[in-house]
Amino acid sequence: MNTKRTLLKTVAAATLATLAMGTAFAADITGAGATFPFPVYAKWAEAYKAATGTGLNYQSIGSSGGLKQIRAKTVTFGASDAPVKGADLDKDGMVQFPAIVGGTVPVLNLEGFKPGELRVTGAVLADMFLGKITKWNDAKLAALNPGKKLPDENITVVHRADGSGTTFNFTDYLSAVSPEWSSSVGKGAAVKWPAASSVGGKGNEGVAANVNRVKGAVGYVEYAYVKKNGMNFMQLQNADGKYVSPDDKTFAAAAAGADWFSVPGMGVSMVNAKGAEAWPISTASFILMYKQPGDKVASAEALKFFDWAFKNGKKLASDLDYVPLPDSLTDQIRAKVWNQVAK
Amino acid sequence: MSIAGASMTVTEAPADTGNPQMLSIARKQRLQDMAFHRITQLFSLLVLVALLGIIVSLFINAWPAFQKFGAHFIWYVEWDIINEEFGAAIAIVGTLASAGIALLIAVPLAFGIALFLTETCPPWLRRPLGTAIELLAAVPSIIYGMFGLFVFAPLFADYFQVPAQKLLGSMPLIGFLFGGSTNGMGILAAGIVLAFMVLPFVAAVMRDVFEIVPPILRESAYGLGCTTWEVVRRVVLPYTQKGVIGGVMLGLGRALGETMAVTFVIGNANRMPTSLFSPGTSIASTLANEFGEAADFHISALFALGFLLFVITFIVLALAKWMIIRAEKAKGL
Repeated sequence: MNTKRTLLKTVAAATLATLAMGTAFAADITGAGATFPFPVYAKWAEAYKAATGTGLNYQSIGSSGGLKQIRAKTVTFGASDAPVKGADLDKDGMVQFPAIVGGTVPVLNLEGFKPGELRVTGAVLADMFLGKITKWNDAKLAALNPGKKLPDENITVVHRADGSGTTFNFTDYLSAVSPEWSSSVGKGAAVKWPAASSVGGKGNEGVAANVNRVKGAVGYVEYAYVKKNGMNFMQLQNADGKYVSPDDKTFAAAAAGADWFSVPGMGVSMVNAKGAEAWPISTASFILMYKQPGDKVASAEALKFFDWAFKNGKKLASDLDYVPLPDSLTDQIRAKVWNQVAK
Repeated sequence: MSIAGASMTVTEAPADTGNPQMLSIARKQRLQDMAFHRITQLFSLLVLVALLGIIVSLFINAWPAFQKFGAHFIWYVEWDIINEEFGAAIAIVGTLASAGIALLIAVPLAFGIALFLTETCPPWLRRPLGTAIELLAAVPSIIYGMFGLFVFAPLFADYFQVPAQKLLGSMPLIGFLFGGSTNGMGILAAGIVLAFMVLPFVAAVMRDVFEIVPPILRESAYGLGCTTWEVVRRVVLPYTQKGVIGGVMLGLGRALGETMAVTFVIGNANRMPTSLFSPGTSIASTLANEFGEAADFHISALFALGFLLFVITFIVLALAKWMIIRAEKAKGL
């Protein structure tokens, strides 16, 4: 009897504790969506909690999941790697703004080439992924790399098997530089990969593992994976005709070249951006919020979080190989976008 | 039916009917039995309700896809997410081919293992070997997947795919089976990894059923001068047919539904495989890969795939039952 009573007491205490914690959590900001910016949002959240005591509960369930959640109003903000169209934003009564910039990098496994030594143009890269260029010693590749010895090896295309913002960014770029890609494949979080040699890996780590393993493989991953795994990458020709390597400077150059307010909802595609230094496969990750939020307090808290992150989160973002937005842009976001959100 | 049994004992003992103490005990026992019966009945109903619920919810979610493509969905060779053109043929072929290969490899191996363990194994080796097989069954599937991708695939590419393609690739009729790229992934690689996953299940079941053959049957056969193979062929197998088929079907069920390990090694390409080496996709791996970022119609297509996997598994189970019944009829049981 005695043990039973203690058990009951423990259960009651635990329930009360959870309830109390539940009310504490209620002050937390809730968000869901894109997986690509998750590491930096998590880092920001940790620092923000230490600074202000308010936590962020961000679920990286994928961009389309994030859209579903914000439309169902179960979260205060949604996050998406692919920008939502202006008309859809108006229909839902939502605002959209970029929060962080990053880049996608074509990687390869080719003996005798150091990282960044192989040069390709967008059109040639698209031909490789279309399966039109099947050998590394193809004349088109040789023409771009004079004086280099390209092996007589088959190209294996490695892509993401799961739907992902990285794939959206990459196919968005291929669509921009190759009319054939645009008409026969298109862009999306997952597409029908045309190359006969193509295989899918699960997640960035899956693609990275396959590219590192299969001789003659070509794939694409987020920049952080290139840096972490010391992967071999390509130099890409950008819109200005210059060959550039991926790093935070070239991503930032692409962001600087974008005319953010030219498209409703700031849904500017940064692929093939102008600028001599611009990395052509850069992307922003977007935040979605309601103009007339159901819970105005929560919504204001979320804006406070992003305000803090824009001001104080730059170092944290750069440490993780993301590119923070420039101050000129964040000032405009505060003035032109956040003022639309009812407080 | 235990209630009837309990009441029987009471009615059959008229001498005790007058004893109020006995009556109250009987009443109490009857109540207990009744409660026990109802509760266990409820448990088994729960399974039925869950099963029905899964089928119905799968079908409701899959309905838009079935409505658009009809039965054509089953043999339509297309999986184009952007243009919303979906067909299950690629995934069904990948699922059946990889599971089929797995069984082709695993069943003879498992049969051999079970025979060795029950017929010819020295007693001191029997227990450690049996435990090792059971341990193999407890390895999580993601481990098989990682092993498959990082360890097995490179070796498979260099020491099997490349030589096999050189040797057999140009042969008539079967040459096409060994065509395509030799990167260590694909239908055959998935089938082999699956074989090692289902092997312990099939072997363990076979060993268990072989063990239940009464020693008197076995020893009589040996006494008549039968060889080990004759004993197995004429005594053990006929006696355990039902269990052996059951074990194989258990393995097939696992192979059909396996997700993580297959996702790692099958290559995840939404194309109809043309050779044993070509990458493909299975129903389960497509679901695992694409649910996260799927939206609208894509989701119903995925649910439709899930529903088809359910149907395929059901057909397999039904086939197994039918085979068992037919075998029993043939024996005149």
